[in-house]
Amino acid sequence: MEVIVCVKRVPMVGGRIVLTPDGQRIDTKLLGFTVSPHEECAVEEAVRLVEANGGAVTVLTLGPPEAEEQLRDAVALGASKCVLLETGEREFGPIATAEAIVAAVRERGGYDLLLFGNEAADTGDFQVGIRVAHMLGLPVATGIKSLEVDPGSRRAKARRQYRGAEELFELPLPAVVTVKEGINLPRYPSLPGRIRAKKAAVETSTPVWRDDGLSKRELSLPEVERRHAEVLGQGKEAVPALVSVLESIGLLT
Amino acid sequence: MRVLLTIEHDVDGVLDSSLRAATLARELSGSEGEVVGCLFARGPVAEPVAEPVAAALGEQGISRCFTVELPYAPVAWARSLAAIGAELGADAVVAAATDRGNEVMAHLGAITGYPMAANCFACEEGETAATGVMSLLVTRQRWAGSLVESANLAADRLLLTVATDAVQPVPSDLGRPAELVVFDPPLEEGDADIVAIESQEESGGVSLASARVVVSGGRGVGSPEGFAVLEELASLLGGAVGVSRAVTSLGWRPHSEQVGQTGTRVTPDLYMACGISGAIQHLAGCQSAKTMIAINTDGDAPIMTRADYAVIGDVGEVLPALVEAIKARS
Ligand SMILES: Cc1cc2nc3c(=O)[nH]c(=O)nc-3n(C[C@H](O)[C@H](O)[C@H](O)COP(=O)(O)OP(=O)(O)OC[C@H]3O[C@@H](n4cnc5c(N)ncnc54)[C@H](O)[C@@H]3O)c2cc1C
Ligand SMILES: Nc1ncnc2c1ncn2[C@@H]1O[C@H](COP(=O)(O)O)[C@@H](O)[C@H]1O
Repeated sequence: MEVIVCVKRVPMVGGRIVLTPDGQRIDTKLLGFTVSPHEECAVEEAVRLVEANGGAVTVLTLGPPEAEEQLRDAVALGASKCVLLETGEREFGPIATAEAIVAAVRERGGYDLLLFGNEAADTGDFQVGIRVAHMLGLPVATGIKSLEVDPGSRRAKARRQYRGAEELFELPLPAVVTVKEGINLPRYPSLPGRIRAKKAAVETSTPVWRDDGLSKRELSLPEVERRHAEVLGQGKEAVPALVSVLESIGLLT
Repeated sequence: MRVLLTIEHDVDGVLDSSLRAATLARELSGSEGEVVGCLFARGPVAEPVAEPVAAALGEQGISRCFTVELPYAPVAWARSLAAIGAELGADAVVAAATDRGNEVMAHLGAITGYPMAANCFACEEGETAATGVMSLLVTRQRWAGSLVESANLAADRLLLTVATDAVQPVPSDLGRPAELVVFDPPLEEGDADIVAIESQEESGGVSLASARVVVSGGRGVGSPEGFAVLEELASLLGGAVGVSRAVTSLGWRPHSEQVGQTGTRVTPDLYMACGISGAIQHLAGCQSAKTMIAINTDGDAPIMTRADYAVIGDVGEVLPALVEAIKARS
């Protein structure tokens, strides 16, 4: 079973976002980097499938040279091959990203499953996996929270929730599946995993940029009302005041 | 502009998210333009559903709506929108940014090769290029609403989804119901191969997404056992338990309870954040709560700039005392 997982490097923002003065990007001077939780789960799902059925996991990312870090993180969890589609100054939109991934995947061939996150953490474009599927002529299921693959019949059952009910999709392999956090609980990297990660070779190529028709002009922070919480008190002493608040909003009668 | 709007509905009628999307679609169409609906239904749209649906659309200023009889097969839905869009000469196709809306519009983008802008909440017509390519200035959510992007969308047909939590619905009553027109989509082989097989089962208890009260716990709750008191409080207040990602990552609680960017979005009257620091990804899921109360040992935690009320203290001390006080009242 050959599985390719696509992950995207994003800044790890915590309590608040700081933008660069030109409003073009998040100021990352003081930040670490990660991938979306959906993608962490996609890596874990890929590793589990390969542990159960044999084969290998290839992790692929399109991004700056530093995105190698996210590839190595995936190796520490059980991926074995790394592909970096190295971009320069220009930001790739979802169509350009999908085209670059498709070119890399076509060149490699021999895959049974392509796993993506349902949406990237930063842009939230909700489409790269679907575009890749169409370009490769493959079936796709999105937002998946449970995946069963039968290597014998080469079919997969993918489940998700929609408005309280369960939806099941049946797909022939090879297929594209985009997953959501909750499909599994990702493991922590092992020590041998970390050692493997340090040594892993990264295949690098430079994809062609193209204009997507969707171009960023500026980023800004949403207008949220910054409040100063009214402190009701310290510890247990605050309970009577807390009860009054619950009464005032009509929760206790 | 002529805008084609995807309408989603359930047994109770047209979804609120579709009605909100109609507001942005109307704005986009402009005073001279028109919004035409497209409603997908598993069976023929006949009495008794047709009447309330047509009335609801009329109240949104939609005078005609195509109905397509299809189960949820995302490619087939997208193919239908492509065909109707072509027949109408639609300048734009719009859907609410629900799971289905985003999925179907992404398929439509892939089928047509046009860009698709997800989670927009405002738009303004830009200049049409000499080549005839239209351009639209869109404002959209990134990082699940923690960041806003203004972007330029340029294409022969503009595809976008609407972040409905950021759009205030403004009705524009036509005073008459929409005319429903059956459309038979020209599907291609395989379009309906990937189709949702739906189960009817609903999960029991108060659902997190629709709970009026959410008692949420973070790493500060300290252990899986620490959640017993949150459960008790939630049940006393008729609410549901929520958690932060720190808690699900530790395996203390199931992911179905996670609130935030990669969890559930909640819109309760009361959100109690207990031992939760207030990372933007967590707030993305709870910031539309009417009232927020934070219980935290750290008076400088980021949650303090979003909460209405705060108790500075240990969850393990405050919550049991609160539960006792509430019980003592009855
Ligand atoms: C792309 C992305 C998506 C994400 N999606 C989500 C998401 O959907 N939901 C989500 O929640 N997070 C999400 N996160 C993670 C998020 O950034 C935070 O890491 C997470 O929300 C932190 O959880 P926490 O507040 O419980 O833990 P911490 O940040 O560790 O905070 C614990 C808090 O508890 C307080 N505390 C400690 N002890 C006590 C005590 N005894 N009594 C009272 N208070 C105490 C501390 O002062 C602190 O404020 C996401 C992150 C990324 C990068
Ligand atoms: N630059 C990238 N490199 C690798 N994978 C990506 C990249 N951008 C998006 N993806 C994948 O596509 C999914 C959906 O992204 P998006 O359509 O941008 O929301 C992500 O969760 C990733 O799995």
